Amino acid sequence: MADHADTLAVEFRNIDKAFYGVKANDNVNFDLRRGEVHALLGENGAGKSTLCSILAGLYRPDAGEFIFEGTPATFKTPKDALAAGVGMVYQHFRLVSNLTVAENLALGHPKLSVHISQEQLEEEARQLGEEYGLPVDPKARIWQLSVGEQQRVEILKLLYRDAKVLILDEPTAVLTPQESQQLFKTMRQLAAEGRSVIFVSHKLYEVKQVSDRVTVLRDGKTVGGAETKDAEPRDLARMMVGRELDLPTRDPNPDIGEPMLIAEDLRVAGDRGLEAVKGVSFEVRRGEVLGICGVSGNGQRELAYGLTGLRIPSSGKVILDDEDITKKTVEQRIDRGIAYVPQSRLGMGLAPGLTTEENLALKAYRKPPFSNGPMLAPGVFKENGTKLIEQYDIRGVRPGLPIRLLSGGNLQKALLAREVELNPKALIARSPTRGLDVGATEAVRNLVLDERAKGTAVLLISEDLDELLALSDRVLVLYEGEVVGRMPAEEATPERLGLLMAGHRDEGAA
Amino acid sequence: MNDSTLILTLVAAIGLGTGLVFATVGEIITERAGNLNLGVQGMMLVGAVAGFWATFNTESLLLGVIVAMIAGAAFSVIHAFASVSLRVSQIVSGLALTIFGTGLSSFLGEAGEDPLVGNPSKATFEPILEGGLADIPVIGPLIFGHDLMVYVSWLTVAAASYYLFHTRMGLSLRAVGEDPASAESAGVNVARVRYAHIMAGGALAGAGGAYFSLALVPTWQNEPIGASGWIAIALVILASWRPWRALFAAYLFGAATRIGFTMQTLGEPWSNIPSSLLAMLPFVLAIIAMLVLASGKRARFLGAPAALGLPYFREQR
Repeated sequence: MADHADTLAVEFRNIDKAFYGVKANDNVNFDLRRGEVHALLGENGAGKSTLCSILAGLYRPDAGEFIFEGTPATFKTPKDALAAGVGMVYQHFRLVSNLTVAENLALGHPKLSVHISQEQLEEEARQLGEEYGLPVDPKARIWQLSVGEQQRVEILKLLYRDAKVLILDEPTAVLTPQESQQLFKTMRQLAAEGRSVIFVSHKLYEVKQVSDRVTVLRDGKTVGGAETKDAEPRDLARMMVGRELDLPTRDPNPDIGEPMLIAEDLRVAGDRGLEAVKGVSFEVRRGEVLGICGVSGNGQRELAYGLTGLRIPSSGKVILDDEDITKKTVEQRIDRGIAYVPQSRLGMGLAPGLTTEENLALKAYRKPPFSNGPMLAPGVFKENGTKLIEQYDIRGVRPGLPIRLLSGGNLQKALLAREVELNPKALIARSPTRGLDVGATEAVRNLVLDERAKGTAVLLISEDLDELLALSDRVLVLYEGEVVGRMPAEEATPERLGLLMAGHRDEGAA
Repeated sequence: MNDSTLILTLVAAIGLGTGLVFATVGEIITERAGNLNLGVQGMMLVGAVAGFWATFNTESLLLGVIVAMIAGAAFSVIHAFASVSLRVSQIVSGLALTIFGTGLSSFLGEAGEDPLVGNPSKATFEPILEGGLADIPVIGPLIFGHDLMVYVSWLTVAAASYYLFHTRMGLSLRAVGEDPASAESAGVNVARVRYAHIMAGGALAGAGGAYFSLALVPTWQNEPIGASGWIAIALVILASWRPWRALFAAYLFGAATRIGFTMQTLGEPWSNIPSSLLAMLPFVLAIIAMLVLASGKRARFLGAPAALGLPYFREQR
């Protein structure tokens, strides 16, 4: 016991933290050794982020003991935590996008002299990147970098301040499989140097691969902890969810029918006027899920815009059920049977300030029975709302209150309910389970598969390979606006897709 | 040669632009920290009256300028408190500052047994060199023929440019203006940075105001600065948030202000142009600058800070 203080970097004892009376952390115990990668596993709302935020100085615990390197400590601000050597890479990066990589590393660094030499900063950034296998151009501005590169900058930022404890909040969510492997190498290197890494994740196989120990949280409580080598993925999953659970995956569907949604040499402009979709062709058949995979920003958004009419394609054709809808407006396309689940649920998908009932009628209200001429029919809104809330198990709805108060999973269920109720011919969904916990993911996946079973053509645009592989009948890979690979789901492996997503062309692709 | 119309106009443009240089550079510093302070007009007026009063009582120009800067900075704290601490809309709070400052400066000029209004200043800024270097053709009057404040304004521009782009504090300041949440998580105190640079902007606006009451119009009258505070806000955009460009933008406006007088000296047919029409020229220029440069995306491209005008709330659950 004498060397206790030498081996433990962080010790949390009986931590409580409540927000407006809701306990986010309830008697949580957690310890972090020096030189280990410690996985923190749990669903959304399990209290992982709260715990990490306490450690990173963003929140202060209501009760409990926090011992840092052997002595009781409190971090009042992230600055305190950083000064003590604890830093966090948030899911939403905290980088100033108009500044360079080197400037972002230097920003707020306490040891910096008054005069700043760009050259010296850049040189330091370059060396640090090389040392840790995190190569990135120090002169580049953040907005010019890919998401993976930005994450490297975040990690470098912590290393530049010589952080002893690094908290990585779901770092692999934005990476290709290859990038994830590279990150894992870096994490092992950091641990070998005696630094401690907290790896927040809900992907069991990653936890199994990279971590030394694992702690599982559920409903704000610590429900288990183990040496990773002794932990069975199935047991971890049960601890995490609290019940046996199998995420739905598609079964091979014999009822794949006629082509329903066809894109022919489609070209769509990006925000800056340059072409973002460069001649993409595919067909989605009735009762089929076509998965579009690719690293974010490779034309997925513009492709969805082109298909739904949010942006009229500059050339090429969109055909729905044998009708050319290339030049049709959004409303005309909705009438003809295009349903769309956008990536941003609030804002683009749902009107945050309107009630759930109103949102559920948002695509049907122009026609009877929802309206009669200029007059709305509140009774029908209510009836429709009640029916869908019940049928799709949308929880947490309070009459008259804005829909933005619902949780992510329930928002997504409401959005899908509205789209699916129109009996669309084609459903275009972008990352429908992004940010959802396992339970909500299960519900949303089931909704998508139900649509497929009904004979709808489903186009699933996602960056989450697990989701794509579980639901798609065929997969198509987008890279810089072009199709670089297409294959039946049976032939798609994360490794092969990862290579294509990084721009390596398949033989005979496109 | 040094008496030619062109040289005289240019020299006058520098003089007329100098008050604007201070105010514009100040507003650039404030806006780079993400705070839009529409109170420049008010801060300049408060600086103008405070500076005039101090010089009137002490006969010291140095004290006049120092008091003007202190007054401008102190006055800007109202806006800082409202917009940073209370998170009131920056537009509303800045406009309030202008309205308040305008009234306050008029009131102070007329208050008391022996009001300032109508009195000439006890000291004024004059060119520091007579003859010698100032007699060199062309560059003599343009470079060496000015009063001390013109040279101080050049130093201010150089210092502001160095501060913004080559110092640790400048980096923090720009980061706060672009993305306060990221800056804070890197250990920068967002509120402190904004307060400090709103006050710096206020101090420079105060100095700019004092230049009007101690050099350009050295007899106290209500609103001696015209609408220079508003022009300064337009100049920030014309200068695309860069101090060196502000210097030249301010001189361009100085020239536009002078053009009516120049036309008169040129005789027929130029002097037939109504001078009131020419007096509008600076404002027409300001409007054109706003239309051409300030439209959303273009302003961003030019260097408008991304978080300009947005109150900062630390993320809360």
